[in-house]
Amino acid sequence: MDFLQILALIIPAAIVSAAPIILTSLGGVLSERSGVVNIGLEGLMMFGAFIGALFTYYGQEWGLGAASPWMSFVAAIVAGAIFAIPHAIASISLKADQVVSGVALNFLAAGLSVFLTKKIFDAGQTPDIQERINKGDIPFLSKIPLLGDWLFSSAYVTSFVAVALAVIVWFVIYKTPFGLRIRSVGEHPMAAETMGINVIKTRYISVILGGAFAGLGGAIYVATISGNFSASTISGQGFMALAAMIFGKWHPLGAMGAALFFGLAQSLSITGEQIPYLKEIPNAILLVLPYVLTILALTGFVGRADAPKASGKPYEKGKR
Amino acid sequence: MKMMKGRFFPILVPVFSVILGLIIGAIIMLVSGYDPIAAYGALVTGVFGDSYNLGETVRTATPLILSGLAVAFAFRTGLFNIGVEGQVLVGWLASVYVGISLDAPMVIHLPLAILAGALAGAIWGVIPGLLKAKFKVHEVITTIMMNYIALYGTNGIIRAYLLQPGERTKDIKSSASLGSAFLGELTEGSRMHYGLIVAIIVAVIMWFILWKTTTGYELRAVGFNQHASQYAGINVSKNIILAMAISGAFAGVAGTMEGLGTFQYMSINNAFTGVGFDGIAVSLLGANGSIGIIVAAFLFGGLKQGALEMSSAAGVPTELVGIIIALIIFFVACSYLVHWLTNRFTKGGKL
Repeated sequence: MDFLQILALIIPAAIVSAAPIILTSLGGVLSERSGVVNIGLEGLMMFGAFIGALFTYYGQEWGLGAASPWMSFVAAIVAGAIFAIPHAIASISLKADQVVSGVALNFLAAGLSVFLTKKIFDAGQTPDIQERINKGDIPFLSKIPLLGDWLFSSAYVTSFVAVALAVIVWFVIYKTPFGLRIRSVGEHPMAAETMGINVIKTRYISVILGGAFAGLGGAIYVATISGNFSASTISGQGFMALAAMIFGKWHPLGAMGAALFFGLAQSLSITGEQIPYLKEIPNAILLVLPYVLTILALTGFVGRADAPKASGKPYEKGKR
Repeated sequence: MKMMKGRFFPILVPVFSVILGLIIGAIIMLVSGYDPIAAYGALVTGVFGDSYNLGETVRTATPLILSGLAVAFAFRTGLFNIGVEGQVLVGWLASVYVGISLDAPMVIHLPLAILAGALAGAIWGVIPGLLKAKFKVHEVITTIMMNYIALYGTNGIIRAYLLQPGERTKDIKSSASLGSAFLGELTEGSRMHYGLIVAIIVAVIMWFILWKTTTGYELRAVGFNQHASQYAGINVSKNIILAMAISGAFAGVAGTMEGLGTFQYMSINNAFTGVGFDGIAVSLLGANGSIGIIVAAFLFGGLKQGALEMSSAAGVPTELVGIIIALIIFFVACSYLVHWLTNRFTKGGKL
């Protein structure tokens, strides 16, 4: 097997496993840029995955056919947004410890989604969904030599949606007044309030938007990778998205790059057995790699990563 | 009301949270068509019904006491150790390794196996502590990452060096076991073991270190205010590293409860055990104090054990208990709400 064939095997697999992580990490970027730490990404993603599997199943039952996964995405976006509200209320209005509240959200998602799965389907997992997002060649682009094979042949549309959304989030955060508000609220809420920005409202919007992104990430995971939902469907992808967000230095495109890189590491741990040289490396090392790199990134060996200044601190008017 | 705020307030928040959690749990059951009275009845039977259930409740609560103490110890120094889960795993593996590979009389072997677990957990905890002290890296993120490294790392080590049929290690030698035929007979064959004694000893150790030693005073001072402590001549970096080491050691001992007590071996884990994450809930509810944590661990241990009976007798999925625990954490975290409410009452509506 030559090098180009190896790339043709790894790159598409990396992009597929990266898409849900990209979306969830974008949710993290939105939330943390406004100053609210979101450890609950894992839970939000899990709930999105559950809603995704549920609504794809009902979409099929209702005769929506190939449109069912897309309907499930809309449902998961709404569900993720709603599910982020308890975290927003606790950490913004009730001034709870944001990390604790995020941990509680993860517990809640794990409990509620499996509870509902058992209640609705009387089994530990949802039925396998029939209507998944199908791979397809992108017209024209797939004809480009090499790049066409790597990026645009038998690719999921959802991967392009994820990349496009990363660009959109970057544009919103860095190029629009709304984005400037989010960033200022996360860096120095007092100053922002003085300039007439509603800190509380901006943070609520950011956290809820973040939940919507994470919910979509979970639903796309179900539609492209797992095909159903059970307690073990989302096990760590949300935390990996958190890592991607930090590795990408709280920047939407950086987070996307990091997510793609982590996707590569994940796909290597799966496809690695078919590739010479990599066969020799124990699977555990490839599985551990993203996390080790994140720690190194934070330590400053891979360029320093600094959180938004006010992240993790509840905002109290008039407090210096 | 004044007295309530003064003396009973620390107990008020957890009690209020548990009651509210149980009430909302009942509402969820009603909405989804289960009978909450039958379910809670079954839950109580599942804890107190017979001596087997009691024994299993103690067994479930034992590691939770230790993981709760681990989280609480770090909390006292102003650190949030989410990495207890990973420290439990490495402690579990280290204790099982010593339990399998050494040959010694029990008086030496058992303490050595427990210490090995504590040491492994301490090392796993020191790494985030060092990174926090030297590079100002937030411990929440590093400990989460360390959890995954522990999960895949321990699996990799078992697969490579200790694998036996059934995706697990060998059984530990009986000289390293906390298990007891006497306790088993007493509780009709439950897996209850002597670990409870270890857990209570560790609880006393934590109380002693924090409240009776200079080191403990320094640790708590750093937890209250790092800058003031620095100004007072306390070495903040040293205390952060020390706190994470001790916290990790407690978590490692929690792992030995599984390795030397409940299972007597370690299996390849596809997912986290949950012991570490539940420790966060336990320490929050127990208000980071030794006695509070023991009570909270028994409450959550009871909920988890009783959930099995609730599922078989009343048909309610065991996950309901997970929901209730999540709600309890939410309410404890939102103690601001309770403060606010009591302030409203005591000050006659003025804030």
